[in-house]
Amino acid sequence: MPSTAVIDFDSTKPTSPFYTDSHREWRDVLRRWLAKEVAPYVEAWEAAGEIPLALYGKAAEVGLLGLGYPERYGGTSAGIDHFHHIVTSEEAAQIGAGGVFASLMVHSIGLPPVLALGSDELKARVAARVLSGERHICLGITEPDAGSDVANIQTRAVRDGDDYVVRGSKMFITGGLRADYVTAAVRTGGPGYGGISLLLIELDRPGVSRTRLEKMGWWASDTAALYFDEVRVPAANLIGAENQGFLGIVLNFNGERLGLAASANAYARVCLVEAARYARERRTFGKRLADHQVIRHKIAEMLRQVNATQAYLESCAWRVQQGETPVADLALLKVQATLTMEYCAREAMQVLGGAGYLRGNKVERIYREVRVNAIGGGSEEIMRDLAARQLKL
Amino acid sequence: MKILATVKRVPDPETSIKVKPDGSGIVADNIKWVVNPFDEIAVEESLRIKEKVAGSEVVLVSVGAKVAQEQLRTGLAMGADRAILVVAEDGLEPLAVARVLVKVIESEQPDLVVMGKQSIDDDSNAVGQMAAELLGWPQATFASKLELAGDQKTATVTREVDGGLETLSFPLPGIVTTDLRLNEPRYASLPGIMKARKKELKEIEVGALGVDVAPKARLVKMEPPPKRQAGKKVASVEELVHLLHTEAKVI
Ligand SMILES: Cc1cc2nc3c(=O)[nH]c(=O)nc-3n(C[C@H](O)[C@H](O)[C@H](O)COP(=O)(O)OP(=O)(O)OC[C@H]3O[C@@H](n4cnc5c(N)ncnc54)[C@H](O)[C@@H]3O)c2cc1C
Repeated sequence: MPSTAVIDFDSTKPTSPFYTDSHREWRDVLRRWLAKEVAPYVEAWEAAGEIPLALYGKAAEVGLLGLGYPERYGGTSAGIDHFHHIVTSEEAAQIGAGGVFASLMVHSIGLPPVLALGSDELKARVAARVLSGERHICLGITEPDAGSDVANIQTRAVRDGDDYVVRGSKMFITGGLRADYVTAAVRTGGPGYGGISLLLIELDRPGVSRTRLEKMGWWASDTAALYFDEVRVPAANLIGAENQGFLGIVLNFNGERLGLAASANAYARVCLVEAARYARERRTFGKRLADHQVIRHKIAEMLRQVNATQAYLESCAWRVQQGETPVADLALLKVQATLTMEYCAREAMQVLGGAGYLRGNKVERIYREVRVNAIGGGSEEIMRDLAARQLKL
Repeated sequence: MKILATVKRVPDPETSIKVKPDGSGIVADNIKWVVNPFDEIAVEESLRIKEKVAGSEVVLVSVGAKVAQEQLRTGLAMGADRAILVVAEDGLEPLAVARVLVKVIESEQPDLVVMGKQSIDDDSNAVGQMAAELLGWPQATFASKLELAGDQKTATVTREVDGGLETLSFPLPGIVTTDLRLNEPRYASLPGIMKARKKELKEIEVGALGVDVAPKARLVKMEPPPKRQAGKKVASVEELVHLLHTEAKVI
C-alpha cells in the first residue's frame, strides 16, 4: 500500500527552539488570512500585473504591514523578533507568488531608512499613512548605470533655496508604478559613496514620470523606471544628514538580506513539497515516480539543502536578535538560500516533467522568480565578495 | 454591558479525523485544534456589541482541558477582554457543561450570553438550551441576526426556520446561540495576538464549582463511515439500467 504519511511544509521543517506561542499564533492567523484574501486571486493578479490597492488596507488590518514597526505609527514592535519575520516569509512563500509580496511589502525596504534617519516631522508625515496601507513607499537606489555599484549613482539633487532640484532616473523600482513616495539615493556631493544622500520624493511632483517594466517573473509586482526632470523637492524631505546616505543604504541591506534568505529558502521548501506530492501520485514504468531511486534521491537531496539552509538562517536570525551584525554570514546566507532555491526549483521542475512546464503551477512560477532573488538585494557575486572582504583574506 | 461568549476547543474541520482502532474515540495526536466555528461567530457578535455599546466588556469562557487556553487566547487576540477556563476532562456531557456554565454565569452576572448553536465535534446542539432552562432565562437559538434595544434591556433575534424567518424579542439577561449567517468573524491580528498575552486568563478547577459532572451515558463505540467503493464503468445504457435494477436495487 502506498504511504499516506504527511509530507508538507510544516512536516518537513525541523523542530526549532526559536519559536514561541506568539510565533505559532501569528502563523495561524496569517495562514488563514492568506488562504482567504490572497491565494484565490493569485492567477488573476499575476495576469493583471498588479495587486489591488485595497489589499494594502486589509494587510494593515491583520497586522502584516505594521510587523516590526513602532506602535506610535500604528505598527507592532513590542515582543516582535526576527522569527516573526521568518514566519511571515514562510507563510507568504506558500502562496507561491513572490510578486504579490514584493509589491505588498515594498515598504519594508522603503520605510526603514525614513524611520532610522529621518526627522520627526518626516516620520510623522509618512510612516503612519504607509503602515495603514493608505500610502505606498518604494525604494529607489538602482539606476540604469549603477546596480551592484551603488556608490556610482548619478541622480543629482542640487540645493536651491529651501528645495533640492532632482535630475536623473531610477531603474527596476518595485512598486514604483503606483507608489506615492520613493526613498531615493541621490548625489548631493562629490563622486563615490561620500557624496550620496537619501531623499524622500513624492511621486506626484511636477517633472516625475514613470514607465512599466515587463519581467520574467514577479508579474503581480508593478516594477517601474522612474525619471526625474528638474523635480523640486523640499529640503525638509532629506532623510538624515547630507552626504551620509550610503550608511543608511548599507544598514537597510543587512535587514533585507535576512528576509530575502528566509523567503528564498521557503520557496525552495515549497518546490520540495510540490515535487514530493507529484512523485507520490505520478506513475511511470509501472511504479510511482517516488519509487524510482533517481527521483527519491532528488527529494532527499532537496530536503538536505533546505534544512541545512534553515539551520543557517535561524542561527543568523538568533545572532542578529542578540545584537550582533554578522555581515559576512548574512551575505553568505543569502547566497546559500538563493542557490538552494535555484536547485530546488530546477529539480522540482524535472520531477514534474511536462506538467511543470505548463503555466499555472507554483513550481513553474517559482522557477521564473529564482533570478530576481539571486540578483536583487545584493547579487550572489557581490555577496561573496563582501564576505571575502569581511574575512580580510 | 457585560457579554459572556463561549469558546470550545475542537478539531479543525479541515483535518482528516481517524477513529482509534478500539473505537473508544478519535486519534487526538497530530490534529490541528481550533475555536469551534460557531463560537467564533459568538465571539465576533459579542465584539460587535462591545464596539457599539461604550463601556462593554467581553468575557470568554471555555470548559475543557488546560490546552484550551490556546483557543481562549485566539478569542482574546480577536479583542475579548478576559477569559475563564474551567479545567475539566475533555468530553463532558452537555448537561454537565451547562451546569458548569451556569455557575460561571451566576458569578459573572453577564447581561447577555452568546454561544455557538453547537460544537462541530459532538454536534449535540444542547448546552445553550439547557443552560437557559437551568437559569430560568429566555433563550433564542440559531440566531441569524441579533439586535439590542437602545437601552440594552431587550434583545431581538431573527432565526432561520423552515419556510422563513422568525423574529423573537425578549428581556435581558438571556442566552443567544449563533447560526452560520449571523456574521463573518474577523481575523485575530498581530497587535491583537501580542496584546492578548497580557490579558487575564483565569483558571478554575471544575471540582471547585461543586456541580455534578458525572457522565450519564456511556460511549459504546465509534466507527468511521464506510469507505467509498471504487466506481464501475459500464459499456451501455442497457447494462446500466440492468445493474441499477439488480445490483444497486434503486430502480
Ligand atoms: C524584479 C526586480 C526588482 C528590483 N527592485 C528594486 C527596487 O525596488 N529598488 C532598487 O533600488 N533596485 C531594485 N532592483 C535592482 C537590483 O537591486 C539590481 O538589479 C541589483 O543590485 C544588481 O544590479 P544590476 O542589475 O545593475 O546588475 P550589475 O550590477 O550590472 O551586475 C551584472 C552582473 O555582474 C555581476 N557583477 C557586478 N559587479 C561585479 C563585481 N565587482 N564582481 C563580480 N561580479 C560582478 C553581478 O553579480 C551580476 O551578475 C530590482 C531588480 C529586479 C530584477
